[in-house]
Amino acid sequence: MSGTRDKYQKVAYYPGCALEGTAHSYNRSTQAVGKALGLDLVEVENWNCCGAMEVKNIDPKLQTYLSSRVMSIAATEMKMDVVMAPCNGCYHNLKKAEYDLAHDPKSVEVVDRLSKKAGHATYQAGQVETIHALDWIKHGLGEEGLKQRLRGSLKGLKVANYYGCMYTRPRHIFPEKDQGPGSESTSKPHYMDDLLAVAGAVNVEFPLKTACCGGAHTLSDSDTSTKLVLNILRAAEAAGAEVIATECPTCHSGLEMHQVRAEKKFGQATKVKIVYFTQLLGMALGLSPKQVGIHENISDSLDFFREKGIA
Amino acid sequence: MRSLAALEQRLDALAAESAPGPGVAAELLAIGEEVLEHWVAAKRLDPTRDAREGFRLLALHRQGCTDEPSFNACRETCRELVYHYNLVSLEPEHPDTVQRLRMMTLVTNHLFLFVAGKLQVRELGDFCCASRPLRESAAPPDPA
Repeated sequence: MSGTRDKYQKVAYYPGCALEGTAHSYNRSTQAVGKALGLDLVEVENWNCCGAMEVKNIDPKLQTYLSSRVMSIAATEMKMDVVMAPCNGCYHNLKKAEYDLAHDPKSVEVVDRLSKKAGHATYQAGQVETIHALDWIKHGLGEEGLKQRLRGSLKGLKVANYYGCMYTRPRHIFPEKDQGPGSESTSKPHYMDDLLAVAGAVNVEFPLKTACCGGAHTLSDSDTSTKLVLNILRAAEAAGAEVIATECPTCHSGLEMHQVRAEKKFGQATKVKIVYFTQLLGMALGLSPKQVGIHENISDSLDFFREKGIA
Repeated sequence: MRSLAALEQRLDALAAESAPGPGVAAELLAIGEEVLEHWVAAKRLDPTRDAREGFRLLALHRQGCTDEPSFNACRETCRELVYHYNLVSLEPEHPDTVQRLRMMTLVTNHLFLFVAGKLQVRELGDFCCASRPLRESAAPPDPA
């Protein structure tokens, strides 16, 4: 474990496009938390789209190439061993590319051809390890390390931890998960629960932590997305949660936007606040709401956190 | 097999109950099975009567996943439904039974919304956690 801890002290940071746009508060809070915890982030130079959802579904090998380029830059140009991607979509796609390049000769061939054409080194499977922001803090610092750095507390805040679908699916691209004690679970993920509990939160029993939010259909079939989100919000409230903690920009913006839409379109209001887990950790580390970007969320939670004495 | 509209109506009625009795757990599990039967029938298969780990719901989910990786996105929802059924049926007098039934109703509703959504919009779920390309039947252009 100390080897892993050392390896995660300085990692290549791949924010991805969402963190430069709708999820700017996730970007801001991730960087602020890293600084407060003494963990170094070095942004991948000249990074590109991971292939997101659209490219992957039209041409999966092109997505494999796009993700491989990010890992190639981190490995060969930056000489880094670890790439940290806080976005579930980016994390999922880099892991998928890693799996494909280790198991599919056709993917290796296409990636090699495109890499040569683009004029950069071809990424070889195993050159870097891709991790999520949750792995980074959980293994780079650990619960004990986090506890030592706390300057405040979440003061018994009741939290429903929502991981979304891409953090654990499909299982075969995450070989490090489901490896027994200490590892993440694909059926009942718990890393976010573990970290927020150390920060003083009370995690509620939330049965929809990996359920579909309909995120990708938010434009093409908004009503289905709204109903799925509304059910997640209601389940969180029924479980007693005051806040839903997120770690995926697609889920986060979907929950925020459809919370508003559910009230406008269906007259179904919910009060639960939606915040990134890094924003919660940041406030427990003594950072101000502004430093973690609470003002950038659609879900207006500033007064709530002030009343709670957390902000 | 009731229509999806009838199942939705029944779920809405169960959600509105302030103090559901323990017997509702069996009804919710049966609704979950009916929801999956719709999915399997839409694939022109006969819904299985088999059980996995003692539950037909899990066998139906397995059957529904064939050639449909994105259907796995409701795997944990099915397992949560079974888990809540076990909680309620093994300890019907538990002080948390009403709360457990409330959560079980929301879990069943999520399964309904996901499957009904997929029946309306075939690709629901394919964009996110499933790796299946939408145009897999047609050879994609060589990007190089």
